[in-house]
Amino acid sequence: MRNENQPLIFEISKEGRIGYSLPELDVPEVDLTNLLPETYIRSEEAELPEVSELDIMRHYTALSNRNHGVDTGFYPLGSCTMKYNPKINEAVARLSGFANIHPLQDEATVQGAMEIMYDLQEHLSEITGMDEVTLQPAAGAHGEWTALMMIRAFHESNGDFNRTKVLVPDSAHGTNPASATVAGFDTITVKSNDNGLVDIEDLKSKVGPDTAALMLTNPNTLGLFEEDILKMAEIVHGVGGKLYYDGANLNAVMAKARPGDMGFDAVHLNLHKTFTGPHGGGGPGSGPVGVKADLAPFLPKPVLVKEGDSYTFEYDRPQSIGRVKPFYGNFGIYLRAYTYIRSMGPDGLKAVTEYAVLNANYMMRRLEPYFDLPYPQHCKHEFVLSGRRQKKLGVRTLDMAKRLLDFGFHPPTIYFPLNVEEGMMIEPTETESKETLDSFIDAMIQIAKEVEETPEIVQEAPHTTVVNRLDETKAARHPVLRFKKKEEELVNA
Amino acid sequence: MDMKHRYIPMTETDRDEMLAAIGIATVDELFEDIPEKVRFKGELDIKPAKSETALMKELSHLASKNADSRHYTSFLGAGVYDHYKPIIVDHVISRSEFYTAYTPYQPEISQGELQAIFEFQTMICELTGMDLANSSMYDGGTALAEAGTLAAGHTRRKKLLVSETVHPESRDVVQAYAAGQFIEVVTIPHKDGVTDMEKLEQLIDGDTAAVLVQYPNFFGQVEDIESVGKIIHDQGGLFIVSSNPLALGVLTPPGKLGADITVGDAQPFGIPEQFGGPHCGYFATTTKLMRKVPGRLVGETTDEDGRRGYVLTLQAREQHIRRDKATSNICSNQALNALAASVAMTALGKVGVKEMAYQNIAKTRYAKEAFEKAGFDVKFGNVHFNEIVVDVKKPVAEVNEQLFHKGMIGGYDLSSTYPELANHTLIAVTEQRTKEEIDALVQEMEALHA
Repeated sequence: MRNENQPLIFEISKEGRIGYSLPELDVPEVDLTNLLPETYIRSEEAELPEVSELDIMRHYTALSNRNHGVDTGFYPLGSCTMKYNPKINEAVARLSGFANIHPLQDEATVQGAMEIMYDLQEHLSEITGMDEVTLQPAAGAHGEWTALMMIRAFHESNGDFNRTKVLVPDSAHGTNPASATVAGFDTITVKSNDNGLVDIEDLKSKVGPDTAALMLTNPNTLGLFEEDILKMAEIVHGVGGKLYYDGANLNAVMAKARPGDMGFDAVHLNLHKTFTGPHGGGGPGSGPVGVKADLAPFLPKPVLVKEGDSYTFEYDRPQSIGRVKPFYGNFGIYLRAYTYIRSMGPDGLKAVTEYAVLNANYMMRRLEPYFDLPYPQHCKHEFVLSGRRQKKLGVRTLDMAKRLLDFGFHPPTIYFPLNVEEGMMIEPTETESKETLDSFIDAMIQIAKEVEETPEIVQEAPHTTVVNRLDETKAARHPVLRFKKKEEELVNA
Repeated sequence: MDMKHRYIPMTETDRDEMLAAIGIATVDELFEDIPEKVRFKGELDIKPAKSETALMKELSHLASKNADSRHYTSFLGAGVYDHYKPIIVDHVISRSEFYTAYTPYQPEISQGELQAIFEFQTMICELTGMDLANSSMYDGGTALAEAGTLAAGHTRRKKLLVSETVHPESRDVVQAYAAGQFIEVVTIPHKDGVTDMEKLEQLIDGDTAAVLVQYPNFFGQVEDIESVGKIIHDQGGLFIVSSNPLALGVLTPPGKLGADITVGDAQPFGIPEQFGGPHCGYFATTTKLMRKVPGRLVGETTDEDGRRGYVLTLQAREQHIRRDKATSNICSNQALNALAASVAMTALGKVGVKEMAYQNIAKTRYAKEAFEKAGFDVKFGNVHFNEIVVDVKKPVAEVNEQLFHKGMIGGYDLSSTYPELANHTLIAVTEQRTKEEIDALVQEMEALHA
């Protein structure tokens, strides 16, 4: 596998080659110097590559061969729900009537698209148990911020300007406190108890008249269901705060429990996790937000409504928090999610949850003899092992993660949540076969043995990837964020 | 849970073996931790599952109810354009090693994605003339909003001046983001389709964190942004430019005109309109602001044997490390669309990007002259990129309805956001529109005009 450096596209560029076929210019030429002041006419060309079409395809094929996706192999990355991305979704998103429509067209000419959006809103409302849904946010964190802005607007509309605090458990995703800050709140951390759940006494001591909301992931990032959820809702609602559901882990409870029934007032979903929008190497995602009726007046505008048999965007929403994204959200992604929901139906979504949870528990029990399991109760769709036993033998979780690469697996999420020492967070999803789970388990068991017998194999891993461990300190200390031609090449050019 | 589905591979035998390994009898036992009171016991009231064939048929039918730019000749732009999309783009982004991957947190098995993004960052730097660019933002509107909040944080000032010639929806997003951080947003009115410099001088002061302009602006005008930059720099604030990166094939890059931050949307490079998203925001800035950039950055480094490689870097800015102290809450971005834009920028290359940008000016010029010859008043300025403002003397919605019957999608109704421009339409022309199509549009509108 290992070879020389993979050239950058700029390094295979050769003056005189082209890779495009523009339409012929069928109108008179113009002289830019007659139209624009000289200051605004570009004098130095942008150094984009000059390559043929085959050069492009070979280059990106070579890059794709240096990348691991769900279609390459198992990807048990906790909290990321790396399930199979169905191919019908891709076909639907590419239908010309969806891909080539403009967001500002007359509504009468895009009723098909609006019908899907509306129906998706209805489906997501039912799945989450919420009253209304907006599809506008572009990703999970964007949805968190949108919902917090709505909660702020709600409090302010009651003349309540002193609710400056958002409570976030110590096990929460990093986006939760970051979104709270961006929405103008201070974050207060709530502790977890010895069972990995929110410490109710600590929560009680931190709520008050300044509480705007509690943000909660349920099941939490340890994969544990917050059993005291109703009590927590009572505590937060009791002081006038709102309860916010981070939908990152919805794959664990779909059709088994609904945030709306647990007392949550607002929820965001990650359509690129639970609902198979592909992750795309980091995006695009889609982060719809569902709310209970009392928050609905604050939804971002426009709001899609149905009038008789047709659909329209409503702009006259005086209490709206405004627009959080140009146009209506990542349509291309929620088309995929809609296709998925319609492929599964109610029984299918229930089976998704049941197998996601069964698979995680099976892996947890098989691995329990070899690694520390800080929270031994049944898990939901994911679980967290601790590598502290291996750390005592001089091998860190990072080393074991790198060793997994040699077996062709993507490692679990590591060192998260922060309340587990040397954590490894494993989420298998429902789309993997038992054979795949077993082969991953076998690899983990072998690694545990290697830690005891031949630790250097693990410490020096990976051994089979195109590069070995990269110097991240160097990257941060001397940042090189773009390609530049070397001085001598510039001189010779 | 006996249902069989092509996305769920477990057999009954598998299930029974797994239950035995766990030491339980039924799957239900795994859900006993959910309090009885909140357990959902019924069946979700959603549509039943459909087979692949039936669903494809239903959704194809819904798609066919929409008027798309393959069947209609579109003159609608206003920030989203029907451009030449090299066919190779979709072939590259359909490689599932790219589209089924997560964020490249494990660099050893993500070198493909990381290198592609490093190349994207470089191309954005080349076009914008900025020192560095991030790996992408949701879209041009939120990128502009984040630039504004960055400026407020950096300068510790609480006022943003936004030109009225910035895309109206982007201005709305700036307003929403600013409200989150108690930042005041003041609009600088336009005069003849460009930022009113006198008003700018009146509104700006020592509390102004930044001035935000668009280049070319919403009306397709190339404004004297260099002068705007000087005015805000004199006040110690930041100069933020939202720019269509395609136009930068022929226009002087904002980096050479004093911009501190340049943002925009790479949709013109190989990304379909898709009813408004997903597109691809970009964010480029100076070395001075490097540690305040929102979102992911890819950097070059070496492995233990000295091989060149790429990693996500300067992560101490980001939410998963800094939590409530992060520079932004952004996590997911638009990586796959950044890849699409990279492939399109690569296909166009050094020569093609210039040629395509030039064609957009030449075609828009042709449309302007054709409208003028037909007796229309074409508003504002001399040079136009993609957009012209045409006075149609009657409600634009009415005109567009008539055009639609002739197989055309008309321009953007300016009365919705610029009340003083009632009966004015914003007509977009790209390299995709032929001379015949432009002539036909003018002819139809002339007929309606009569």
